[in-house]
Amino acid sequence: MTHWIARQRYLIDFTLAALARRKVRNIGLLLVFSLLVFAIASVMLFTSALRAEAARVLAASPEVILQRLVAGRHDLIPPGYIERIGRVRGVQRIEGRLWGYYYDPVVKANYTFQVLADNPPAPGSIVVGAGLARFRGVRPGNTLSFRSYAGRLFSFTVTEVLPASAELVSSDLVLLSEADFRAFFDYPAGHYTDIALSVANPLETRTVATKLSTLLPDSRPILRDEVLRTYASIFDWREGIVLTLLSAALLAFGILAWDKASGLSAEERREIGILKAIGWETGDVIRMKLWEGLLVALSAFLTGYLAAYLHVFHFSAAFLAPVLKGWAVLYPRYTLTPAIDGLQIATLFLFTVFPYAVAVLVPIWRAAITDPDAVMRA
Amino acid sequence: MIELKDIHKAFNQGRENEYWALSGIDLTLEGRKVTALRGPSGSGKTTLLTILGCLARPTRGRIRLKEEDVSGLPERFLTGVRRSTFGFVFQQFNLVRGLSALENVMLPAYPLGLPRHELLARAEARLAGLQLGHRREARVEWLSGGEQQRVAIARALINDPEIVIADEPTANLDTALSRQFMGILEALVDEGRTVILTSHDPLVVESTVVDRVVTLRDGRIVDPGNAA
Repeated sequence: MTHWIARQRYLIDFTLAALARRKVRNIGLLLVFSLLVFAIASVMLFTSALRAEAARVLAASPEVILQRLVAGRHDLIPPGYIERIGRVRGVQRIEGRLWGYYYDPVVKANYTFQVLADNPPAPGSIVVGAGLARFRGVRPGNTLSFRSYAGRLFSFTVTEVLPASAELVSSDLVLLSEADFRAFFDYPAGHYTDIALSVANPLETRTVATKLSTLLPDSRPILRDEVLRTYASIFDWREGIVLTLLSAALLAFGILAWDKASGLSAEERREIGILKAIGWETGDVIRMKLWEGLLVALSAFLTGYLAAYLHVFHFSAAFLAPVLKGWAVLYPRYTLTPAIDGLQIATLFLFTVFPYAVAVLVPIWRAAITDPDAVMRA
Repeated sequence: MIELKDIHKAFNQGRENEYWALSGIDLTLEGRKVTALRGPSGSGKTTLLTILGCLARPTRGRIRLKEEDVSGLPERFLTGVRRSTFGFVFQQFNLVRGLSALENVMLPAYPLGLPRHELLARAEARLAGLQLGHRREARVEWLSGGEQQRVAIARALINDPEIVIADEPTANLDTALSRQFMGILEALVDEGRTVILTSHDPLVVESTVVDRVVTLRDGRIVDPGNAA
C-alpha cells in the first residue's frame, strides 16, 4: 500500500511539473473551464435557492384562495359569499381579502396594495416593501402621495418598511387600512378581491375545493400547492432559457477542451516515448495523464463552483438577477439562503469533469501503446 | 548473458513499403564486457540495439537474457525487464525538458515507488559520481552537451542496471568530451556492468575499453568480432 501511495505521489509530482511546464496552455484552459462551471453553477444554485425561498415564504400562505370569475376574468367577491362558505365543513378560517395593483408613474413601477386582516396600519398611514422604499427614497415618518385611478391625490404617512428578509414577495407591497383601500380604489362596500381559506386537515384541501366549486360555481379555488408548482415551473422555465443560452458556451468549451486535451503536442509525444523507454509502463503513463486531466478539471470545477456560490449567496447573483428574478422594476434585494442540491452538483460534475477526462485519456492511450523504440529513432 | 538466435525484424510488414532491417542475426554477448555495434547508416545497428535492450520485439527469432527467453514476453513484463536490467543512454540524450537534472535522473525509478529520501540520496550520489552534483537543480536545457550526456548516464544508472545500452554516445560530443565519455565507460566496466553501444566513431570502436566490435551491413552480421 505504501509502495502504491509512493508511486501515485511520484506520478502526481511529475504531473504537477508537467502542468507547470505548460503554464500558458493550462492556465487558459483552467480559466475557460472555471468560467463555464461558474456560469452554469450560478444558474443552478440561484434557481434552486429561489425555489426553496418561494416554498419557504409560501408555506405561511392560506391553503385555498377563492376568486370569483365573470366571463373567465377575475371579478370582485360580492357580499354574502363569505357567509355561504362558512357552512362548508372542514373550513377553519375565512378571510375576505382586499388587494389591487397600482401603477406609479414616478418610478414607472407597479405596486401591490393590500389590506391586512391582522393588525392593519391606522387610516392615513401605510407600511411599504423594502424595494418600494428604496426606489421612492422613503423612510418611516415620511409622507408618500399617490394619485388614484379616479384622479384624486392621497397622502399617507409611512410608519414602517417591511424587513428585507421577505423582499422576494414584499418588494413592491403597500399595506394600508381597509377604509383607505376602499377610498383609494373606489371599492364598493362589502366587496372583496378574493377569499383566503384555512383548511383544518391538509388532506381535505382538495375535497374542500371541490365543495366550494359546487357551492359557488362562478368561483375558482386556487390551492397553495398549485401556486408553489407555478412558481417552481416559472423558475424552471427561466433556468431552462438561461441554460439553453449557456449550452452554446458549453459546446464551445467542449470543442476547446477536446482540441486542447486531445491534440498531443510533439513535445508530449516525445516525453511519453522517453518515459516508456526508461521503464514506465503504459499504465503509468495513462495514470499520470489521468492525474493531469483530473487536476485541471477538479481545480476548475471547485474554482467555478466556489465562485458561483459566492456570486449567488454573497453578491446576490449580480449577473443573473435581472434575468432570473423576473421583477419588472422593483428588483428585490436580499441575500438568498444557501440551498445546494447534491444531484445538481453530480450532474454538473458529470457534464464537465467526465468529458474532459475522456478527452484527455483517448489520445494518451493511443500514444502510450506505441512501441518505446520510437524514441531511439527520434 | 544475451543470446540472439535467428533474429529478423521487419517494419511495415505486409504493406507495400515492407522493410527488413535485420535478417538472421545470431549473436551471443558476454556479461561484464563492452561490445560495440558498428556499421554504415541503415545497416541495422540501432534496430539490433533496441531488440537487445527489450525496447522492441523481433518479428522472428528468439532472445535469451540470462538464460531466460524474453522474446515472447507481454509488454508489461518486458517493461519490468527493461526497467530492472537495462539503462539507456540515447543519442539525443532524450532528457525531459523543463525538469531539473535531479528530477530527470529520478524518472526511471518513479514506477518503483521507493521512499523519497532513498531515491533522492541515490540520484544525488549518481550525479555526484559524474561530477554533476553542483548542477543538480539546473534545468536540463540549460546544461552543456557534455553535462546533458552525464545526466543521461546518471539516469541510466539510477535503477542500478546490469547492462547499459548507449546509442551513438559520442555523436554529439567533441573529442575532449568523447574521451571523457570513454573514461566513464571504463568506470562502468570496473563496476561490473555490461555495456552495449552502437558507434562508427573510431575513437570509440578502436578504444582499448571496447572488448568486441560487431560489424553489420544490410541487416546482417558481416564480422562478429572477437568474442573472447
